[in-house]
Amino acid sequence: MYEDMVTARHYEERLQEEYLEGKQPAFDISAGPIPGELHLAAGHEAAGAGVCQHLRDDDTVTAPHRPHHVAIAKGVDLKRMTAEIFGRETGLSKGKGGHMHLFDPDVNFACSGIIAEGCPPAVGAGLAAKKRNTDSVAVAYIGEGAIDQGAFLESLNLAAVRDLPVVFVVEDNDWAISMPKERVTDVEDGAQRAGGFDLPGQRVDVDDAVSIYDAAKEAVGRARDNNGPTLLEVQVHRRMGHFMGDPETYRPDEDKAAAEQRDSIERLAEDLRAHGVDDDHLDEIRDRAEDRVEEAIEWAKDQPEPDPDDAYEDVFVNPPSGVTDNEPSAEVTGGDD
Amino acid sequence: MAQQEEGAARQTDRSLTMSRAMVEAIAHEMRENDEVFYMGEDVADYGGIFDSTEGLLDEFGHDRIMDVPISETAYIGAAVGAAQQGMRPIAELMFVDFFGVGMDQIYNQMAKNTYMSGGNVSVPMVLTAAVGGTYNDAAQHSQTLYGTFAHLPGMKVVVPSTAYDAKGLMHNAIRDDDPVVYLFHKRLMGIGWLPAPDGPKTGVPEDDYTIPFGSADVKREGEDVTVVTLGLHVHRAMEAAESLADDGIDAEVVDLRTLVPLDMETVRESVAKTGRLVVVDEDYRSFGVTGEIVARTAEEGLGDLEAVERVAVPDVPIPYARPMEDEVIPGVEDISQAVQNAHQE
Repeated sequence: MYEDMVTARHYEERLQEEYLEGKQPAFDISAGPIPGELHLAAGHEAAGAGVCQHLRDDDTVTAPHRPHHVAIAKGVDLKRMTAEIFGRETGLSKGKGGHMHLFDPDVNFACSGIIAEGCPPAVGAGLAAKKRNTDSVAVAYIGEGAIDQGAFLESLNLAAVRDLPVVFVVEDNDWAISMPKERVTDVEDGAQRAGGFDLPGQRVDVDDAVSIYDAAKEAVGRARDNNGPTLLEVQVHRRMGHFMGDPETYRPDEDKAAAEQRDSIERLAEDLRAHGVDDDHLDEIRDRAEDRVEEAIEWAKDQPEPDPDDAYEDVFVNPPSGVTDNEPSAEVTGGDD
Repeated sequence: MAQQEEGAARQTDRSLTMSRAMVEAIAHEMRENDEVFYMGEDVADYGGIFDSTEGLLDEFGHDRIMDVPISETAYIGAAVGAAQQGMRPIAELMFVDFFGVGMDQIYNQMAKNTYMSGGNVSVPMVLTAAVGGTYNDAAQHSQTLYGTFAHLPGMKVVVPSTAYDAKGLMHNAIRDDDPVVYLFHKRLMGIGWLPAPDGPKTGVPEDDYTIPFGSADVKREGEDVTVVTLGLHVHRAMEAAESLADDGIDAEVVDLRTLVPLDMETVRESVAKTGRLVVVDEDYRSFGVTGEIVARTAEEGLGDLEAVERVAVPDVPIPYARPMEDEVIPGVEDISQAVQNAHQE
């Protein structure tokens, strides 16, 4: 768990460096080696590691637009994920998906960049497990900003009425971009949403990996034992802006400072020390994580970019012949912008 | 046509970004009418992710510039309900790509209630949304979906390409008694972190003025080939036209400005003059804007047509990686090539 967390933190620090390259001095979101939006999850690591510790490769996870820490904890191929973020041919999605759309079927991991829209597919994975009498479970991650969205509420109800093996994990980082939680919902505890659908709901109020681990053990166990879904809300914190380039002018300085005080990685390190793990061992874990990250980034940067014409592939698994002309028309060749 | 109506209003030394011009129109309407208000995600303290409401909170406060939960069905539907009560809400869908999470309220309620009530109910609201790619935001954050909204009856669809047009069209949108979908291209807004091309920042009069819907604007006059386009691609077409002029091809660039209603008269007049039509947009190629313009031009004046070309996004979701995105989103070179082809036919 500690290793997953320090890997995620270091990974994102390095991504941030790479992302900003070519975006200085003037920040241009479309420039540099990693273009597009980048939503970093520094401060969320405990939610990824604490829940995914209980999961196997055959368990499904759907993550939202801030997916890296969950992907790492779920065991997504780090090299291919990195290549995807750099938009390379050997990335998880051959460069078609990008950082919000990471798919690794080997470990049943998927993302969606649309708020709460990962919930229904997780319910579907739970439904498939139930129909096939396996003991696989599904976990849908969303942010606290998503608990007001229809897709989430409808999914809670369907999972409950069908007793499906699904755990809904709400990562509460206090902010939906610029909107604080109290401005968009009247409940302090998002797990209260469970009551209306008659399923168990629990909130972990502290940024603490061990507490999240314990709560997730119970929720995942319930799903695995065919005892239905659980809604779990866990407190995390947002150490950065919503996306790289977010000026965060809406955010009080003290809020950001307070978030940085709540470092779940440091808290877990203290716990481990209290349980007799020495610093050398922690350093060793950290070094190993950092090496792995460096290796993944170096590898990814060495990978070839996709061919422009690759854009025309993969719309269908079974492309219709002669129905839709998906070839670039003869007179129109590559873009130049 | 529209140019004559607007006349000297364009002559102004004060130039604004497109987002400032939009905001200026909204602020003016809000001052004039207490029943105009704005709802959306991150529109208050943030000022709109794409600067669509920058500065409005300071003047109007949280009651009229309303941050709403991430619940598009609820707040877009609430705009419909408030509009039916006679208010004039503006609801923002942060990215047009998110339309799916609130579409029923948009096309089954907002767009149809007037018709289903036999004209007894009006829905005077504006739905704003950011559209477009070119910055590698991948398949769920880069679409324009122009054709989707224009295809479904009951919505007026506005796509400005300059600050001047954006302000006049916004005034008209808020004052219109029907639902208006106002699609602004992120690349044109003049956002600090997403540089705009030269072109959208134009002179904008301080006073209010309206640009009537259904009045296309000839952004560049030419004799040889008609290029019909909208949004970001107006500027790409202009750039292509300038470079083609060096090769002796004189292209006319028609900016549609609104898709519903559609000013076919201006298109027809241009094609009657040039005989050659190139339609360019940033939407999917099939069953969309480009096909519609070609079909209507053919229906109404087949005899004038000597050559037709379409430049659009092929029928694939927008890919993430730069080489592939550049491949599918029409560039200046693609437009130039199509104009040359049309010219040679």
